[in-house]
Amino acid sequence: MTRPFSPAHLKRQHLLDLAFRNTTRLFAFLVFAILAGTLVSLLIGSLPAIRTFGFGFLFSSEWNPVTEKFGALVPIIGTLATSAIALLIGIPVSFGIALFLTELSPRWLKRPLGIAVELLAGIPSIIYGMWGLFVFAPAFADHVEPWLTEHLGNAALIGPLFQGPPMGIGMLTAGLILAIMVIPFIASVMRDVFEIVPPMFKESAYGLGATTWEVVWHIVLPYTKIGVVGGIMLGLGRALGETMAVTFVIGNAHELSASLLMPGNSISSALANEFTEAVGKLYTSALIELGLILFFITFLVLSLAKLLLIQLAKREGKQS
Amino acid sequence: MIALYTRRRLINGINLTVALLAMLFGLFWLGWILWTLISHGFPSLSLSLFTQMTPPPGSNGGLLNAIAGSLFMTMVATLIGTPVGILAGTYLAEFGQRGWLAPTTRFINDILLSAPSIVIGLFIYEVYVVTMGHFSGWAGSFALAMIVIPVVVRTTENMLCLVPNSLREAAAALGAPQWKVVILVTLRASTTGILTGILLAVARVSGETAPLLFTALNNQFWNGNMNQPMANLPVVIFQFAMSPYEDWQHLAWAGALLITFTVLTLNILARFFFRQKSQSY
Amino acid sequence: MNGTVITNPKVVIKDLNFHYGSFHALKSINLNIPEKKVTAFIGPSGCGKSTLLRTFNRMYELYPKQVASGEILLDGQNILDAKQDLNRLRAKVGMVFQKPTPFPMSIFDNITFGVKLYENLSKRDMADRVEWALRKAALWEEVKDKLKQSGNSLSGGQQQRLCIARAIAVKPEVVLLDEPASALDPISTAHIEELIHELKKDYTILIVTHNMQQAARVSDYTAYMYLGDLIEFGDTDMIFTTPKKTATEDYITGKFG
Repeated sequence: MTRPFSPAHLKRQHLLDLAFRNTTRLFAFLVFAILAGTLVSLLIGSLPAIRTFGFGFLFSSEWNPVTEKFGALVPIIGTLATSAIALLIGIPVSFGIALFLTELSPRWLKRPLGIAVELLAGIPSIIYGMWGLFVFAPAFADHVEPWLTEHLGNAALIGPLFQGPPMGIGMLTAGLILAIMVIPFIASVMRDVFEIVPPMFKESAYGLGATTWEVVWHIVLPYTKIGVVGGIMLGLGRALGETMAVTFVIGNAHELSASLLMPGNSISSALANEFTEAVGKLYTSALIELGLILFFITFLVLSLAKLLLIQLAKREGKQS
Repeated sequence: MIALYTRRRLINGINLTVALLAMLFGLFWLGWILWTLISHGFPSLSLSLFTQMTPPPGSNGGLLNAIAGSLFMTMVATLIGTPVGILAGTYLAEFGQRGWLAPTTRFINDILLSAPSIVIGLFIYEVYVVTMGHFSGWAGSFALAMIVIPVVVRTTENMLCLVPNSLREAAAALGAPQWKVVILVTLRASTTGILTGILLAVARVSGETAPLLFTALNNQFWNGNMNQPMANLPVVIFQFAMSPYEDWQHLAWAGALLITFTVLTLNILARFFFRQKSQSY
Repeated sequence: MNGTVITNPKVVIKDLNFHYGSFHALKSINLNIPEKKVTAFIGPSGCGKSTLLRTFNRMYELYPKQVASGEILLDGQNILDAKQDLNRLRAKVGMVFQKPTPFPMSIFDNITFGVKLYENLSKRDMADRVEWALRKAALWEEVKDKLKQSGNSLSGGQQQRLCIARAIAVKPEVVLLDEPASALDPISTAHIEELIHELKKDYTILIVTHNMQQAARVSDYTAYMYLGDLIEFGDTDMIFTTPKKTATEDYITGKFG
């Protein structure tokens, strides 16, 4: 039973193994390099702006291409505010959808509804933008904004948020559309994690006479909090960086305004609108610095989400 | 006792009703958006969309150059991104137990997966467009490839991790070198899953606008030269929709309908593939 | 401690230690394994019997932080030596796992996968080899008409016999069986046990099992392990009827474990 184990054959296999491993390794490294490259290139691109404006860039609301004075405050606030509105609306609605899909929906409806949610996620963002500008914003201006101004415009604390002429476009509109865009993301993650809860947990709670709501609130939600937080962060990541939908409806005004009904700007829409038309090194550089800031914010949010998940996973591991 | 029970029932009832309303809320938007697309886009659909170039304002035309440009750049991006993604994903799944590179890359890939696509556009602008001195189809393809890569990396890794270790051990136990184990057994066992990932990546890329804005730019004419600015559907839609000309807006709606239809079809196709995969196991 | 003297052993284990990270899983194992016999390893879960089995083809090296030290001599050659070629070792030492592991390819390709790695056979010879292996594994009659079908299309018991056929198709000298019947129904288990009887004419077989009746039925020699120690080794009849150690007796008679 002797067989050809020639040293040459064995050696070749070893070399191929080594080559294969290092090739895949090289490409894994490439992924790493893409991120590093992005960071470095944005940093280099924004150097002129950083040198000229320093830290003041972050806190100045001035944006004047003619005098070449630039500050990032308006787009930063716009990005954060629209994302906050999106989450404020998106989280409860997504939770409701996930709850409906996992606990209430009749079996035959689950699949079509699940597909519907995924369709909502699949619609390209530019479509949201067009629909927002041509259909949603006019309707919003006619039917919703006057009501908001009338009923909330004079309220304490939040009043100033809802003052101003009903224009349809503005931060609130952008936030609402972002909410619709993040809902399918958050909802489908929530549904997926709700579904992995072992049935015996739920059954033992139902066995004690708990209502559906109590089972979801006291058993399912605590059991799945890791995934739920992950889903929310995913949604936030998408909202922060979303470009096209926001660009259509936010109004692109570099003005600071307390009202959410007024036009504003976000980092991504400032880039989309102005980048190709920017003249002069400093203007371009200021825009690139905006991109760097956006990258930094999303990086921070997503890293935090991941670290949080790791923490939570460790704690869960200890409990069980 | 009874009062408590009634209150619990009431809370339950209210909250479940709210959940139902949330579901309807979601469906409402989906219905509205799709209806808008169909009612605006359908009347503008015509054969000339596929036979004529994008017109100057005020004259008739189609979207041929934009459709061709989009198809071409998506194809090139997929051809670049897929092998890179599969190889990197393979490293994470098959060789990733040791060393610092795999956990770091996994972390970074997750971030790239959700990174704002407009920043990817900026990156390619900085390293490619500025260096070459002009916008080009290549730049657009590279930007799209940057979006394909993390999606493929993620699905490849996930699918490979689903392959039971015993299959790897069984192949190794026959004396197979690792590269053969991976290529002939584990990658092969995950083919449908990886294919699903590629389809999802293509779907995602076909609707992307932001990264093309300052890489491929746009081109009003037919262009087969990848070194020139290249027309593409999303950017044309963006420009035409934002324009004051009505016939441009009509074309934009027709393009929007086309693009949404394509993306949704790809998504459904991917789901179908994945179903088949989960059935075979 | 050996009640039985093994002359002319196929495998000699000398002072074998095994660590999973800081966990000491095998403690100074010394053992001689006879050629062309069936040797069974029994013991409660976590006793190290599977770990021991996986050192014979160094399967543990697929995973980080698993280290073996000492010597395992296969035909007098130390296979733990860093210079030992792993793939070559594994071609010589076949293995069958707890759960069936058909590759995602046809039945025919499953068998040829291992053969092609080390032999250049003509089409004709390859077909002969496939038939030979499938006959050895008592599967030929059931699958001869559907060799092109996926290995996944077979039943669990058939899949396991396919894996055995795949392992012997490369003509190994030693065959490792890691609880090969634990995932199977009683009838398939009986098939596998018959097969083991057949195979020992040509191969040295090592089997890990937690089913003591199975060990008693199929093996010539039995090793009882506990918490990483080899407690007792000897003739199967002797281990099951007159064990020398009380620990072994307690386990065999079901007082513990």
